[in-house]
Amino acid sequence: MAHQVEVTEEHYVFKPSLKTKLYAILGIGALLLVLGLFLSKDPAEAEGAEHGGGHGGHSAKVEATHLVASAEEHAAASEGHHEAGAEHHETKYWIKRLYTTLWMNNVYFAGLGIIGLFFVAVQYAAQAGWSVGVQRIALAMGTWIPVAGLLMLALWFVTKHDIFHWTHAYLYQTGGAEFDAIINKKGPFFFWPLKGGSFPVFFIFRMVLFFGLWYWFFSKIRQNMISEDLEGGTSWWYKSRGLSAWFLVFFGASSSIAAWDWVMSIDTHWFSTMFGWYVFASWWVTGLAVITLIAAHLKSAGYLKIVNANHLHDLGKFVFAFSIFWTYIWFSQFLLIYYAHIPEETVYFVERMRNSPYSWIFYFNIIVNFVLPFLLFMTRDAKRHLSTLKLVCPIVIVGHWFDFFNMVTPGVMKHSGGIGFVEIGMFMVFAAVFLLVVLNSLTKLPLWGKNDPMLQESLHHHI
Amino acid sequence: MDAEKNYLVGVFDDEDVLLSGVTSIRESGVKIHEVYSPFPVHGLDEVLGYKRSRLPIAAFLFGLTGTSLALTMQIWMLGYDWPMIIGGKNFVSLPPFIPVTFELTVLLSALGMVATFMIVSDLKPYRWPRQFDLRSTDDKHVMAIDLALNHGKSKSEITSILKAAGASEVNEKNFE
Repeated sequence: MAHQVEVTEEHYVFKPSLKTKLYAILGIGALLLVLGLFLSKDPAEAEGAEHGGGHGGHSAKVEATHLVASAEEHAAASEGHHEAGAEHHETKYWIKRLYTTLWMNNVYFAGLGIIGLFFVAVQYAAQAGWSVGVQRIALAMGTWIPVAGLLMLALWFVTKHDIFHWTHAYLYQTGGAEFDAIINKKGPFFFWPLKGGSFPVFFIFRMVLFFGLWYWFFSKIRQNMISEDLEGGTSWWYKSRGLSAWFLVFFGASSSIAAWDWVMSIDTHWFSTMFGWYVFASWWVTGLAVITLIAAHLKSAGYLKIVNANHLHDLGKFVFAFSIFWTYIWFSQFLLIYYAHIPEETVYFVERMRNSPYSWIFYFNIIVNFVLPFLLFMTRDAKRHLSTLKLVCPIVIVGHWFDFFNMVTPGVMKHSGGIGFVEIGMFMVFAAVFLLVVLNSLTKLPLWGKNDPMLQESLHHHI
Repeated sequence: MDAEKNYLVGVFDDEDVLLSGVTSIRESGVKIHEVYSPFPVHGLDEVLGYKRSRLPIAAFLFGLTGTSLALTMQIWMLGYDWPMIIGGKNFVSLPPFIPVTFELTVLLSALGMVATFMIVSDLKPYRWPRQFDLRSTDDKHVMAIDLALNHGKSKSEITSILKAAGASEVNEKNFE
């Protein structure tokens, strides 16, 4: 090369002061969570009296509830079908709310972990040179994959009947009082090869397979990076590229199916063929915002000397572009359902757009995840400055948390969900633990590969 | 031969020499007309002192025109001129208008940008581009210096500045 630039290796030091801050967030979050659980009162109990009184104005709402995919339990309870067996026990309101927010946050943060690996794989498969400085940040996010996997498996066994209506065996008893023909047809997707209503072998198998393979790909690529740091040469890069290509093929199918399994199956009757991409788009843009935010913070702390305004510009463009991509998917899903006007599909949006605890979140979602990033990131300069990146990325990260909230909560909590101390506290707990794991993992490897074949290209990156 | 249309053409073999050459030539007070290059040279815009293009502003304004045109058209057509019930929706309902609005925004901003670019860079039919050196489409970087812009300096003075800056050859060129 005509002009080889020499750079010195960098190692991230996880300062105790930052650790203390994260532990403080964790502590405050846990406090808020406990406080919120103590304070939470079941609004359904108060509403129950009104139901009995037969308010005329409520009939439309009740009808809507009947149409909701997974509202059967609620509807059945109000009609007095209480004899369906031991499974039909009513979980306490605060426990249900805790389960919902646990599940929602775990799905959201699991996505961030997988997106870390996905980002690395995309860079390899596209033979991208610019990203050498930020690749290890994304890789560190992948450390969260096994944590999220174990947590999700454990959570599923604890919360299954409260979150997933389809886990109830009585839905599959032909001729039974609560037999559900639609869910029965979808039974094999969860229970194959067993009969509907027994143990969901296929569902659990997928969960284990996805997390297992994601983690396998993660460790392989990470191992290649370590070998590359030690030995140099291009062979490790080529090995990682091959792995990345296979991972992307697997990810294409698994991310979509994971979205159906973990999010869409909550509203069991409802389905959208775009849902997998919708969840992916939400995960992807949030993951990009997290990578950008961590890079921006490392940069302000004096690290990442090889990352300059050109690389930040690329990260900013990624967040900008995929905010628009998410909106495009969101709108396409919405418009088709809006136009087709088929009641069992439309009800999904009616529940979220028109009903009390969720409607503001529904519109807020569009403002924070489309309008704000679009306008704030429109100019070239906005994407090149740390200050604007540090403003917009948190907006996107919190915004998509609201997006996931609106995907999960209305299906589980019906009209009694909401955002309070419980939800905010849980988000803080998850965010703090996630950052502790990721930043700790970041200290294990150099901040960027000194033997990366793309290093020189990244140093000369100019846009 | 008209002295007003005289150009000096410096030929550079290497882009790094060109980049440092442009800086030193500009520092010596010679005004550069234009540099032609077979491939994009990173940083050339900056050393030549070019200002940022205002094309994005034009794109934004054309896009805004497209948005308002599309919305006005659809609201007027489907709401007032020929109201039709489609799928039981209101005559003027925003969601189904968005795809057309999006498409017209993109179309008008794209066409507008092409038109703006062509007008600004003086490209039009039957306008034959001036070639300073055909090798600028192959493997040489070509720097054109308009003598009319450099009255204070003689041809030989500029030639020696170009040579000192790393030009492998310096030619004269006239257009008539």
